[in-house]
Amino acid sequence: MRFTPNMTPYIKDFPPESLPISSIDTIPEPPLNENFPLNKELQQILHGKQLLFENLQHPLEEIHQHYENGYITYRKGIIKTKSKTVCARCGNQEQSLFAHFPCARCGEEECIYCRKCIMMGRVSECTPLIDWCGPEPDCELTEHPLEWQGTLSPGQQHASDQVRQIIIENRELLVWAVCGAGKTEVLFEGINAALDSGKRVCIATPRTDVVLELGPRLQAVFPGIQVAVLYGGSEDRHLQAPLTIATTHQLLRFYKAFDTVILDEVDAFPYTADESLQYAVRQSRKEHSSMVYLTATPNQKWQNECRSGKMDFVTIPARYHRHPLPVPSFKWCGNWEKSLQQDKLPPAVTQWIKKRIDNQKQCLLFLPKIDKMEKVLTILRKTYPKIQAVSAEDPERKAKVQMMRNKEIPMLLTTTILERGVTFPNIDVAVLGSEDRIFTESALVQIAGRVGRSAQFPRGDITFFHYGKTESMVKARKQILHMNAEAKKKGLIDY
Amino acid sequence: MKETLARYKFRGDYVLARAFSPFIKEKLKNLNFECLVPIPLSPERLYERGFNQSAALIREAGFTPKDLLQRIHSEKQSKKSRLDRIHQNQVFEPLNINIKNKIILLVDDIYTTGSTLYHAARVLKNGGAASVFSLTLARG
Ligand SMILES: [Zn+2]
Ligand SMILES: [Zn+2]
Repeated sequence: MRFTPNMTPYIKDFPPESLPISSIDTIPEPPLNENFPLNKELQQILHGKQLLFENLQHPLEEIHQHYENGYITYRKGIIKTKSKTVCARCGNQEQSLFAHFPCARCGEEECIYCRKCIMMGRVSECTPLIDWCGPEPDCELTEHPLEWQGTLSPGQQHASDQVRQIIIENRELLVWAVCGAGKTEVLFEGINAALDSGKRVCIATPRTDVVLELGPRLQAVFPGIQVAVLYGGSEDRHLQAPLTIATTHQLLRFYKAFDTVILDEVDAFPYTADESLQYAVRQSRKEHSSMVYLTATPNQKWQNECRSGKMDFVTIPARYHRHPLPVPSFKWCGNWEKSLQQDKLPPAVTQWIKKRIDNQKQCLLFLPKIDKMEKVLTILRKTYPKIQAVSAEDPERKAKVQMMRNKEIPMLLTTTILERGVTFPNIDVAVLGSEDRIFTESALVQIAGRVGRSAQFPRGDITFFHYGKTESMVKARKQILHMNAEAKKKGLIDY
Repeated sequence: MKETLARYKFRGDYVLARAFSPFIKEKLKNLNFECLVPIPLSPERLYERGFNQSAALIREAGFTPKDLLQRIHSEKQSKKSRLDRIHQNQVFEPLNINIKNKIILLVDDIYTTGSTLYHAARVLKNGGAASVFSLTLARG
């Protein structure tokens, strides 16, 4: 597609003065014509989004009329400056992730495109990003949509009040809640206040399984409003709901859409590693909007920003059941990889496992790598044939976790994939090779956080077997002790 | 391979054509041909894709694609069943270029039923080509 200087689009027979959108200096923004009969369906689909022509089923002519009458803006998909190329959709600035091709759409021999976000449709120099800039679609106000009978712990209540306040005042807040504190409930009052005043709210998380879990949970407490659940392959894509639950990846389609964005598990992969997801979150917020970050394990940078006062934060240092967090103990176990080569486990590890299995206490053993996990499995199965192992690529992952839940197996070996989300009511947990780089401070805090989750079984053992203590291990332990001390001081734990 | 091909064909990640060049070059080394002909796309499909995947494979392998055919109509191929495609009528027509006694190699990215290649080959044969054979990247 090329545009003439008066922004008439052509898809073939290009007039000589026409240009791909990236080469146009300033793209005019026609004033809003209030008498224009807008297409409500287009408004519904496009509001708060940044889409491509091919994402819309409406004819080009109709979309363009909305542009001419001030209801739609065109932005450059690829922004070129003297020094660099930037993708306006995903924020990619990594020059190696751009390529060019002889383009049949604009006729240019070298049309630059972004490889980073290509799975959502190719954005190139001749691709306009289409946003809605006309009036917002009408949305029905539901007064006090929250229907929830539960009670908050004092720690939760304190955090909940703050969340509510910053949502009303359009500010930012980090909620630092220990594993098992019940952080989702802390959001209810704030979301309620937002929805009550007609604000659009989004809960975003890097992980699809969290989206799948949160969707029904929030729909249950806000039964009167529509909740859109968005993840790769979901069907709610064009739904304009007051409350959206989405993977951070899905936010790449949004643009100035939300008054409130709540980002769950900020520290989780791939959000931390992928700048385009952070860009997506920024892009999805309205200019005046609030932002809540939720985490059990903020990384060092976040922790520093909290301590130095750069970032407003609130902690929930205690679990809902008012027992302290189990504190990891460290056990040196020598060169365990060498032991494995000789088909043996370090004696300390063997003893730890034997004790659990003899007492019929279920346990999890985390390992840094899949091949090590397989090796340990082979060794252990000689004595305990029912033990299972599960890794990220395992197609039977769900079934094995379920077997563990049903207590059909005494022990599960795993890589870091089970560090979050998955909880078993009464287990002990060990890490073999906790010195490995993969076990960061937050990974270790998360792993320790698997223990003692239920009120019925609030205690349990967490042991890090290592071949040399690391800073991450020490910091993880310190973080847990610190939270327990804070909880004690605030009177949030009884035991 | 399958994922790369899907990303290339359906997402239009042009540079991946280069990932397939070693394969194409290797195949072409042992073949005797005078023109490399990409399977053409309809104008609508070409706009949608932004480039012709088969032509890009030829070009990125260091050869020059030669357009000898065009599509007659533009029904969405991928929406039809395998059987429909085998029994459909001719979809290509020749461009007005002399191909008398030429040895022609047709290039396609995914071999689905063979009917596309069959129809293309027939048009070229009828136009006087000495022989027509084909090269595909993967079987669909
Ligand atoms: Zn991009
Ligand atoms: Zn182009």
